[in-house]
Amino acid sequence: MIRFEKVTRRLGGRLVLDAVDFEIEKGETFVIVGSSGAGKSVTLKHMVRLLTPDAGRVWVGDDAVSEARGAELERIRSRFGVLFQGAALLQWLNVGDNVALPLREHTDLGEEEIDRLVEERLRLVNLEDVAAKFPADLSGGMRKRVGLARAIVMKPEIILYDEPTSGLDPVTSRTIDHLIDNLRRELGVTSVVVTHDLHSALAIGTRIAMLHEGKIIEVSTPEEFIRSKQEVVRGFLDAQYITQRGTWETA
Amino acid sequence: MGPPLGRPGETAIIHREPEYFEPPINFFAHIGRRILLTLRNAGRSLVMLGEAFLCLRSAFTKRVRHEVLFQMFVTGIKSLGVITVVAMFTGMILALQTGLELRRFGQEVNIGTAVAVVMMREMGPFMTGLIIAASVGSAIAAQIGTMAVSEEIDALELMSINPVKFLVTPRLIALAVMMPILTVYTNILGIVGGAIVGATQLGVSLTAYFDNATRYAENKDLYVGLFKAVLFGIIITTVACHQGFSTSEGAVGVGRSTRKTVIISFLTILVVGYMVTRLFYS
Repeated sequence: MIRFEKVTRRLGGRLVLDAVDFEIEKGETFVIVGSSGAGKSVTLKHMVRLLTPDAGRVWVGDDAVSEARGAELERIRSRFGVLFQGAALLQWLNVGDNVALPLREHTDLGEEEIDRLVEERLRLVNLEDVAAKFPADLSGGMRKRVGLARAIVMKPEIILYDEPTSGLDPVTSRTIDHLIDNLRRELGVTSVVVTHDLHSALAIGTRIAMLHEGKIIEVSTPEEFIRSKQEVVRGFLDAQYITQRGTWETA
Repeated sequence: MGPPLGRPGETAIIHREPEYFEPPINFFAHIGRRILLTLRNAGRSLVMLGEAFLCLRSAFTKRVRHEVLFQMFVTGIKSLGVITVVAMFTGMILALQTGLELRRFGQEVNIGTAVAVVMMREMGPFMTGLIIAASVGSAIAAQIGTMAVSEEIDALELMSINPVKFLVTPRLIALAVMMPILTVYTNILGIVGGAIVGATQLGVSLTAYFDNATRYAENKDLYVGLFKAVLFGIIITTVACHQGFSTSEGAVGVGRSTRKTVIISFLTILVVGYMVTRLFYS
């Protein structure tokens, strides 16, 4: 569904992606892990052409998104919903208006129908009675859930999650994990999650890719991932106190 | 060499990364690069302005109308206090300085003409432009800059909402409409300020002052002043929005964009003001 072909990108003089190759299948939850600054978010941004590669191509289905422009790019982007790291809610709009924004801009639906859809999407992310509140009045976890409600309001085929659990307490993080998993199962969407939270990655991922020094050094299922022999992967697992003898092995 | 003039394919007006350049090999290379970057930014600003004008056709939706009215309120009503003080004192200073000189020739009665003409042709639009650039322009740059660094602009693009239509066009309409209105207000207060100084310090009666002011000031003075005001409104919006979109590197970047907005707006207003005066009066 999404394919990276030898994608290379420099940022600020530094090689962030070095001929990266991988493919994401339809309906899976593909998690990209790596340390801070490894290029995870840069990878995500290439999928919707917020960044373009210096070399290589990014495909979404049969469309080369890395070369798309204008109406074609809009059509490709309409297949995506994106949850940004900080939720990226418009601060001067209340929660209801934030979620309703794509509907108001791109559909001819009446206000009653829009209100109904907004309420339904907010309920799907376990939020009720917040439509009148402003983003500044919400906690970090609630803001992310509102961002998620906005990302799914146009029923996208693919949802991109940029660090969905960063800055959240463990309980809220697991709530977000459940939401991501539920959305995949209920809406049948393809999910791409960028995170450095391995607990989250192992819980929701169907496959996990490790990005290190601009290269994908491992792509495997969670079960294979925790048994990886790669030194970098082992170091990453150990740093988060995940061992081969832990809960994940039996899971 | 780094990417000297932007990356092909990525949106021309919106930068998503700090720009990286190798250190210049010598002083002339540094100057050359500065000139090229200034020209590039001016070009990008004009492209954005052109796009904002193209979006005018579809700008009269309920949301845009609401946003335009809000921006007009911010520009007009919230700037009224500072404009009142600056306009009054500008007129008073003009009247006092010209009146003291003219008194040496027994011509102080002509301060009405001097104040009215200078206010309408130059000082009205110029002072209003400076105040709006410093207050509204900087606020626009800070708001859009904050949106840029917190990925809100990216979010708009991914929702297929054109950031120029969504953010620039309403502000462009609001400033292009409010600037001439505020300039008329500045002109009136400046002339009234001059009349107060004339009556209290220079012994020029209010009747003589206003008779003099209306007799020699021409309609052309007013129209040229208002034309300048519209141009200044467009300049402030363009500079502020472009700087906002170009913001990177978090809070430091927002501060830098705000400062650059005020400086570039001031300089552009000065240069364009001079060129318009030359065009109509030389």
